[in-house]
Amino acid sequence: MSSTENINKSSSRITWEGCSVLLDINDGDRLVFARLSPAAKLKIGNKNCSLQPLIGCPFGTVFQLDTSDSDGPFLSPFQPKGDVNNTDEIKDGHFQAESKDDQPNSESKDNRSLIDNNTAQSLTGEDIEDMRRQGAKGNEIIEALIANSATFDKKTSFSQEKYRLKKQKKYAPRVLIRRPVARSICEAYFKKYPLKIGFLRVDTLSLLLSMANVSSNSDILVVDMVGGLLTGAVAERLGGTGFVCNSYLGQTPHSMDIVRIFNLSDEICKRIVRSSISDLLSPKESRPQNPKQDVGSVESQSIDQMSVSVSMEEASHSPENGISDIGAENTTFPALKAYKATKAGEKASQEILDSWKENGFSSLIIAAPDLDTWTVVRDLLPLLSNSAPFAIYHQYLQPLATCMHNLQLEKMAIGLQITEPWLREYQVLPSRTHPHMQMSAFGGYILSGTKICSS
Amino acid sequence: MLTIDTTRKISFNRLISNGDLVIVYERHDNMKAVTVSEGSVLQNRFGVFKHSDWIGKSFGSKVFSNKGGFVYLLAPTPELWTLVLSHRTQILYIADISFVVMYLEIVPGCVVLESGTGSGSLSTSLARAVAPKGHVYTFDFHEQRAGSARDDFERIGLSSLVTVGLRDIQGEGFPEEFVGLADAVFLDLPQPWLAIPSAAKMLRHDGTLCSFSPCIEQVQRSCETLQSNFTDIRTFEVLLRTYEVREVKTESSEINGNGGSNVSLPCKRRHGSDGANVVSYPNSSVMARPCGEARGHTGYLTFARLQCLS
Repeated sequence: MSSTENINKSSSRITWEGCSVLLDINDGDRLVFARLSPAAKLKIGNKNCSLQPLIGCPFGTVFQLDTSDSDGPFLSPFQPKGDVNNTDEIKDGHFQAESKDDQPNSESKDNRSLIDNNTAQSLTGEDIEDMRRQGAKGNEIIEALIANSATFDKKTSFSQEKYRLKKQKKYAPRVLIRRPVARSICEAYFKKYPLKIGFLRVDTLSLLLSMANVSSNSDILVVDMVGGLLTGAVAERLGGTGFVCNSYLGQTPHSMDIVRIFNLSDEICKRIVRSSISDLLSPKESRPQNPKQDVGSVESQSIDQMSVSVSMEEASHSPENGISDIGAENTTFPALKAYKATKAGEKASQEILDSWKENGFSSLIIAAPDLDTWTVVRDLLPLLSNSAPFAIYHQYLQPLATCMHNLQLEKMAIGLQITEPWLREYQVLPSRTHPHMQMSAFGGYILSGTKICSS
Repeated sequence: MLTIDTTRKISFNRLISNGDLVIVYERHDNMKAVTVSEGSVLQNRFGVFKHSDWIGKSFGSKVFSNKGGFVYLLAPTPELWTLVLSHRTQILYIADISFVVMYLEIVPGCVVLESGTGSGSLSTSLARAVAPKGHVYTFDFHEQRAGSARDDFERIGLSSLVTVGLRDIQGEGFPEEFVGLADAVFLDLPQPWLAIPSAAKMLRHDGTLCSFSPCIEQVQRSCETLQSNFTDIRTFEVLLRTYEVREVKTESSEINGNGGSNVSLPCKRRHGSDGANVVSYPNSSVMARPCGEARGHTGYLTFARLQCLS
């Protein structure tokens, strides 16, 4: 694949063979990162289906699992508008707006006559299996379930929708192809596997990028112990200009496997380099006599795509998961090797290191919960150009407070501030608008400031 | 402001020169944008500062007035600009701005449409995100405001990335020349629902839209309008809590019934014992607490994605 082709692809809004995608199954119940290939398979419930139909589709396309074909289950594009039975579908767990005269208050039905005795449904599991064997589509099974439910008509229109949605998730699961970008990757990890990204919430990540003035042609120094999310997000903003230098204490680079989930072009990947902090701190003249064994690029030392996706999967086994009860789920990428992303995270060349020592970095971002904040900042801050901004993330307040206090005492920086973002999502529906009942109560703390000249 | 021209990017070797825009920092809540001009002076409560003293100094330097007062000279960034720009309208601040840029998935090369321009606070961050090859087209229906914004973008060196148009987007929609070209659209309008159909036409496939509204009634109507062409409709509120950090001296006291064991404590008896049996141990620790006042509401951010009709 030529690099021009690659650049076009990285901003492409159409999937291609070998591209990384985020599969959003049943409105976020499951989130799976996958690399598309004709051989790649996705297990939904107990059905294995090929990801082949997803290649060459626009991002944002919704697929529905079709089990009616005798050749086995397959994913077919789903038209939200075309299907009569599903026109009133539910988005993001919200009901679509209803007409003005159908206000909830005008609904005469309520749940007073509903009795929970498990006899409402007259179709048995065997009946459903029979329908399936005869090639019934998922939607037909849902209609049959509704027709055979003694209580469906007694439900309010809202709970009828809820019922339909629950059955749709089970009998006709949907897969939405999302573009893996900083936003979607951060949200997916925060929802399913927050430990891996140090509980860094998407609004906090966005603040780090702003506060550190991440912009094209900048040289950004990062300490990324959040799986490569920070490095990838910075590289995405640099767009193939400048550099992001992923630095680490000691001999072993921090894992950067999340970088490979982004569809970063070769041009952008080349801009991600690694260096040990000791190499950055050594004086410019002294070239290392015996270069340390560099543990090297992402692929040689990190977990591969498959296990990333598996770990997401493990985290997604929640009771709410509509289909996890059917069986163990898995995604396999037999052809993974053929589509390996371009190397990101080569060791920074001596030439680049020297230029940084000569000119200084444009800014610094640290997300390193396991390092002592103050000593890392004390060591790294002198590597920044004067007037360079910096932003330090931590899950705990105290290390940042101590660091801020010391920076003030040492007169190393001004404009120091510790901030904590607060993010609340709203359900917006006619006459039923309110904040979500559940919210993330904590997205981390940030210490930000601007480095000044040492006097 | 942005390093579009790499020779001007901040560096150990980049010194303040005549004509540079600097942010004069007095305190975190008191800053000012100044264009360095050899014969000029800056006068404030700390005294008179000669610009000629600044030329040849590094950004981030501390400079002194005739009376010995001092300020710092910082290189401008969109964040600092947001704190110093002249408010011609209510502006967006860092929390909303950062979230908007990330949630609209704006990256280098994107084409972004914005209305209204207002004071241009968001526009500078949008420009940073699309640089070097993308572009921000921002529209305002207020002629003077559009003109002032244009002057500002010129002054901070963003005119190659931001184009200001004079247009009533609510009334006329976005210009036809952008149909199907925008990666993202941002609306900060009193009646955003009037501009949403036009925004939908401007967006590329899978493109993103954000509408900022202070009132929930506006959000309600926008969301109803969004239902017809958009998916992934989500509304957020994002706020910041800031913390103050102080070193606090505390005293702990202990009944001195068992003097020998206190010897191991690192604290000296600076105050000595002021009673026969009680010894106080001065102690100091760094403590943090949320600031007493904060911005309680800015606006609701509603995001949506153009529906995919493949």
